[in-house]
Amino acid sequence: MKTVLSLIAVLSAAPLAAQDLHAGHAGHAGPAPTPAPAPASGPASAPAQDPHAGHDMAAPLQDPHAGHDMGAPKQAASPGPTMETPPPAAAGSGPPRAADAIWGAEAMAASREELRRTHGDYSVFWFQGDRIEAQVRGGADVYLWDIQGYYGGPTERLWFKSEGEGEFGANPEGAEVQALYAKAFAPFWDVQAGVRHDIAGPDTTHAVIGVQGLAPYLFEIDAAVFLSQRGDVTARIEAEFDQRITQRLILQPRAEVNLAGQGIPELGIGGGLDQIEVGARLRYEIAREFAPYIGIEQSWRTGEGADFARLAGEDPSTTSLVAGIRFWF
Amino acid sequence: MILPHISRRRLLAGAGAASAFAAMPAWAQGHALHSSGSGGAPIRTGFDQVSGAVIDLAVGEGPRMVQGRKGHGIAVNGSVPGPLVRLKEGQHVRLNVTNHLGEDTSIHWHGLLLPFQMDGVPGISFPGIKPGQTFSYDFPVRQSGTYWYHSHSGLQEQQGHYGPLIIDPAGAEPVQYDREYILLLSEFTPIHPHAIMDRLRKGEGYFNYQQTSWSDDYKLSAADRKMWGKMRMMPTDIADVTGSTYTYLANGRGPEEGLEYLFQAGERIRLRIINGSAMTFFNVRIPGLAMTVIAADGQNVKPVEVDEFQIGAAETYDVIVQPRDAQAYAIVAESMDRSGMALAMLASRPGVRAPVPALRKPPLLDMGDMGMDHGDMAGDMGGDMAGGSSMAGMKMRDPQLLPPDVEFGPGIDMVSMNPVDKLGDPGLGLRDVSHRVLNYRMLSALEPNRDTRKPSRLLELHLTGNMERYMWSFDGKMYSAVSDNPIRFAWNERVRVKLVNNTMMAHPIHLHGMFFELVNGEDAAHQPRKNIVVVQPGASVQFDLTANEPGDWAFHCHLLYHMHGGMMQTVTVMGPEGGA
Repeated sequence: MKTVLSLIAVLSAAPLAAQDLHAGHAGHAGPAPTPAPAPASGPASAPAQDPHAGHDMAAPLQDPHAGHDMGAPKQAASPGPTMETPPPAAAGSGPPRAADAIWGAEAMAASREELRRTHGDYSVFWFQGDRIEAQVRGGADVYLWDIQGYYGGPTERLWFKSEGEGEFGANPEGAEVQALYAKAFAPFWDVQAGVRHDIAGPDTTHAVIGVQGLAPYLFEIDAAVFLSQRGDVTARIEAEFDQRITQRLILQPRAEVNLAGQGIPELGIGGGLDQIEVGARLRYEIAREFAPYIGIEQSWRTGEGADFARLAGEDPSTTSLVAGIRFWF
Repeated sequence: MILPHISRRRLLAGAGAASAFAAMPAWAQGHALHSSGSGGAPIRTGFDQVSGAVIDLAVGEGPRMVQGRKGHGIAVNGSVPGPLVRLKEGQHVRLNVTNHLGEDTSIHWHGLLLPFQMDGVPGISFPGIKPGQTFSYDFPVRQSGTYWYHSHSGLQEQQGHYGPLIIDPAGAEPVQYDREYILLLSEFTPIHPHAIMDRLRKGEGYFNYQQTSWSDDYKLSAADRKMWGKMRMMPTDIADVTGSTYTYLANGRGPEEGLEYLFQAGERIRLRIINGSAMTFFNVRIPGLAMTVIAADGQNVKPVEVDEFQIGAAETYDVIVQPRDAQAYAIVAESMDRSGMALAMLASRPGVRAPVPALRKPPLLDMGDMGMDHGDMAGDMGGDMAGGSSMAGMKMRDPQLLPPDVEFGPGIDMVSMNPVDKLGDPGLGLRDVSHRVLNYRMLSALEPNRDTRKPSRLLELHLTGNMERYMWSFDGKMYSAVSDNPIRFAWNERVRVKLVNNTMMAHPIHLHGMFFELVNGEDAAHQPRKNIVVVQPGASVQFDLTANEPGDWAFHCHLLYHMHGGMMQTVTVMGPEGGA
């Protein structure tokens, strides 16, 4: 109250100084009554009656300056600066520490840190089973997993990924785990770098660099290049798209392309375009976090890759019916 | 000073159906008034009143039930909302707040002018209240009007830690009325707020069950849908947390729990409407009854009659209604995304009910909400847009449109192309209704502003965000990055602040400790005083501020999860001697 009253006192005591600030206003009789009743400042100024009883409520947008001499008829009712300028030196500098003077810096330290830690850049843990499924195909049926997750803040995260598949009742034929560091480089994109280790088949470790994110038209993209300890270069591009049929029934087309810089006979990988997978999965989100699905997937080995498949006694073209669950937490 | 009309009006804080005009509402009878603190007593619905020079408040927790849905709640004095704190302008008050929780708590007195160390924001104004501790807030009451209070610790506000605060003026009320009621709007969810924040960070659109789909009936052309997809954004992105988990509350009661305000035909009733929700904008109307807005954010405005208004999170509006012929009138508060409503009844006798209108169709964002000139919208959406030609030249994220002090990085997914002033915008979903809707240009301060100096400088702040990562910020920098870099004002400096919204969501921006005056076309003396301003998607607003309350103050988006997502900064006002 004291500051308010003193402010009023200052303003009324120095009207000339105040008016100098707005030359454009200096001459005109302002729309405010000169003995401005200070709002909510005490009985003396209590506006017992509406001083604007005659004010035309039907036209709230009317120019209160209508008719007064401002020269320019379009001038704003409340003129102000239009270009941003830095604060004056009197605004001070440095961190906000006003409360330290009252409660002590030590008493404030923990709450300051808590406030900083919980407002903006804090970490969460996410785990997703994107595809946990059974594939029914001519011949042996297989199981497949494709999981991923991260721990971290909105722009910097530690990722893990794993995928693999195998015949029911047997060990996985192809399986891998990845550990990656991810950093946002665009609103919808992270760059990821780390290692991949193949846990089935010949012992192989790869360096990984890739990008993951959301492309225009809402395609989820995960693309990575792998360099093995033997110097082999391979690459994988995955794309998924969620098409809502209803709020809970979602059709997800999915495509995956596997490439290799060279043929890798010991791994049965053909040089160039080795494999293409195209599928569609229809899931029902019982909750956002839990959705069973059914679908169909077609896989082709191509070129040299198809030759390796035939050598191994496999069909280079495989059609599978799939059923599984997608979940995250 | 007793005013003649005080004896004619009485306050009922929203009584249950059976309460009639009883002095004590039904829900309060048969309960101990201070049952909180045990940590286990069921939380009562509705609120009592506390007043006087010394007021004791206890923050506790317990099980809570709303329309059969069970949850864990935090309550002040054992009820949600907490008790009505009723003060008198000119008095001195000491509020002793005891923390019975297992974690720190706080109470922020929303909209009150007070010494900054009494403002109740842990980490800015004080250290917070430790478990078992009692903190005494001690300050002179310098104003009057409709306000509220809430926790500023963690996400406790979502769990029920809030209540109404009314200050009666030292002099006469400028508007006469026979009866007054409080309508405090909020939300209930059985989900723990930490889980909500977690879902928002992980799954975009987690709570939105009104998204576009093959089976929706939104009036969107194939080209529109393609354009939204191309931008990786959703035209249905109206509310982050929705009626899919929230039950919207009126004084703590769900729409089926019969909040009732009794009236006698012809009475003038003052409704003090407080949006105490964590995340919800409400569109408020009373079919068949006009509302005369007399105050906004506790400050009197020249009366203006409307049929509906949008109330952003943490805003308050006082309206006068005069029910006449009908037996009952429904007070309908639809959430802005139309996923649910809070409901109360004005009833001429206990139990009578007016028909409740169905939820209207969910609104959609449009080109104007992307920061394109609203005037071009019709043509763009209908004609050029469909042809796709006007998309070609559009740049959704042009750093050249931002001042150099904005940090342009992954935290900014959009830059408004032409962020025009939209104080005349009634808000999403209300732009095309046929009746009278309030907008900020219709507000004019009743009592003239004390300081009408022309602002000496402009401060431009950009509201920025990334929906996908759920990052929110001012100038591209989340609070965690700028906790030591406050927005600074010199003592008594008069500054025009321009807020530019580079997101597709409306943000209710709140400044603690001071009122600012919206630059809404009124002359400087009558620019309406507010402590919250809703910045519409893709739009800008300006307000004038006299920095005459020294100290450190919080400044943030009042959507709880946006604030925790980073849209917050400290404001430091220097004192007369140059110290903060």
